[in-house]
Amino acid sequence: MSSHTLYRKLVDSHTVSIIDADHVLLYADLHIMNEYTSPQAFAGLREKGLRVRRPRQQMGVVDHVIPTRPVPVAARTIEIVDAAKQATNFTRNCAEHGIHLFDVDDPVQGIEHVVAPEIGLIRPGMVVLCGDSHTTTYGALGALGFGIGTSEVEHVLATQTLVYRVAKDMRIVVDGALPPGTTSKDLVLHIIARIGAQGARGYAVEYAGEAIAALSAEARMTLCNMTVEAGARAALIAPDRTTLDYVCAKVRDLDTQTLEAARNAWSQLRSDADARFDVEHRFDATRVAPYVTWGTSPDQAVPVDGLIPAATEGSGLDLATMRKALDYIGLPAGAPIEGTPIDRVFIGSCTNARIEDLRAAAQIVRGRKVASTVRAMVVPGSGMVRDQAEREGIAQVLIDAGFEWRQPGCSLCLAMNDDVLAPGERCASTTNRNFEGRQGRASKTHLMSPAMAAAAAIAGRIVDIRKELTHG
Amino acid sequence: MAEPFTITGIAAPLPVNNLDTDQIMPKQFLLGIDKSGLARGLLYDLRFDADGRAREQFVLNRPEYRGAKILLGGSNFGCGSSREHAVWGLQQAGFEAVIAPGYGEIFYFNSTNNRLLLVTLPPEQIEALITEIERSDDKQLSIDVESEVLLTSSCKRYPFSLPARQKQMLVERLYMIGMTLRQEEAIDAFEARHWAAQPWCRIDLPAQQRRPGTESQQA
Repeated sequence: MSSHTLYRKLVDSHTVSIIDADHVLLYADLHIMNEYTSPQAFAGLREKGLRVRRPRQQMGVVDHVIPTRPVPVAARTIEIVDAAKQATNFTRNCAEHGIHLFDVDDPVQGIEHVVAPEIGLIRPGMVVLCGDSHTTTYGALGALGFGIGTSEVEHVLATQTLVYRVAKDMRIVVDGALPPGTTSKDLVLHIIARIGAQGARGYAVEYAGEAIAALSAEARMTLCNMTVEAGARAALIAPDRTTLDYVCAKVRDLDTQTLEAARNAWSQLRSDADARFDVEHRFDATRVAPYVTWGTSPDQAVPVDGLIPAATEGSGLDLATMRKALDYIGLPAGAPIEGTPIDRVFIGSCTNARIEDLRAAAQIVRGRKVASTVRAMVVPGSGMVRDQAEREGIAQVLIDAGFEWRQPGCSLCLAMNDDVLAPGERCASTTNRNFEGRQGRASKTHLMSPAMAAAAAIAGRIVDIRKELTHG
Repeated sequence: MAEPFTITGIAAPLPVNNLDTDQIMPKQFLLGIDKSGLARGLLYDLRFDADGRAREQFVLNRPEYRGAKILLGGSNFGCGSSREHAVWGLQQAGFEAVIAPGYGEIFYFNSTNNRLLLVTLPPEQIEALITEIERSDDKQLSIDVESEVLLTSSCKRYPFSLPARQKQMLVERLYMIGMTLRQEEAIDAFEARHWAAQPWCRIDLPAQQRRPGTESQQA
């Protein structure tokens, strides 16, 4: 018997047929859709007279264009005409094909990658596809998830399969323990800063090591979610006790016997001891600091006590890239990132809008006030996260501190709805991309953890959370 | 079957790495329910200033690059969001090929599925090509897909290698869904095997009758 990586095992167990040396026909256990990358796929089916092969293995949710105004769930509507049309079209498409949709006024509505795990649809050993790059999130639960384009959405709808180029294997081992004041967000920014925005391009990344084992299921989702920012095709963490406890608490539709069999199978799902990886990286968690991005690519990140680099290194394309980023972000090269004044704070997104993220933010702001110069908002990842935060009293802590407490959606992560930064505004953001214009034309994004963003809201500038901990 | 083809046209240099799909097709152009109207959105914030006036210095606004069919980009071109709108927009604006040292994965597959040619060359060669094009009056390049060679106006040859599948998609114009549907029996057989072995992988989400999360909370 040859030995295999976890990734190869998941691919092999979902291979319908082999297409050529690099490609397989891969079966999708679950396909998740949103309103903006699916319309042309449904239109394609209609044109060709095709049906959806497995309607009950599809999940739809309106998340990208939905406004997050804090109105009651049942009263949620979309005002922007084109966005409303897109949502209505999605409702019609799902109804026509018998697909379950979490619509605009559904209490379970939320960001697709927050909703799917919390309602127990993501399980170890599954293949999950979605027309959204952050589908890598599901690797946190030992499921192979990755983003696809709209042509592929159509292919999956029609066939429940994907023509898939098998990726190479990378393992990232993280030894040691993360220091106080740091989270898996800081870890992933640290890793991306080191290996670069294309450091994992073409690879499925398996995370392992002490620091990974110590992470909660939600913290692992943050890590796997953002691994796509290193260019990875997928991210995976072998299921362990943490995974099984999380999944078994969420899964509702399996009887005791099946769940017991599943637990057994899931706990054996891992790379063989002598499996070979094409590339291996090793990181030391004890060296991770709170990270902040300074530029316009997620790999342009430094520890909060670090300096914004100068555009003197490299040549050609590298130098041009650096100059463009510095020019856009409007901060002096060589200056410390700490102390940078900010106008806005956004706590949200499929990266960092789960209950643990909101708890971390609330802990920082309890009994304090958002700086008068800052507009700060929290957009919970889903209706269930929002309800739980309200029950736990976290929502009130955030509201008392001066945060806007809003309804769920993708919101200011990509500003496709009406949550948009004004030109020139600088935002401390728990999201995943600091791309030019991502949060609004000429706006400036600094990615960081929820606690760091919360602390920035209070101070009105980027601060080092570790200094607060020593005070505490 | 296979028809040899060559793409010849003006090549516009965009010398920056990690040009993400948010920049290629900004959010405000993503609200459609069809593929139309995306030429206008292409690289919008780079092409136009805040008042909607064309930035004269930007390569696609310069007269010598008008009608460009080829884009010369940096590493990790098309990284980020999965939005296929980026590819549709490039094609609607007249682009038939991109030449870069590498591509974001999802952008790569989206391009293949839409038959947008992606040529991969090492960064040094891209930089050399950009320098040559910027200095020359003739901004044209010629890409011979069949023989996998790129030719500059000064007759410099840059051989490249096209992955078999991409070439097949381009040249033979494969209809993927149709090909997969011919394997329906294999998919049926796979499902039977798969669900017997791993029944917990079988998701069964009925349309709008019950909601797994909320329902069981009440139970």
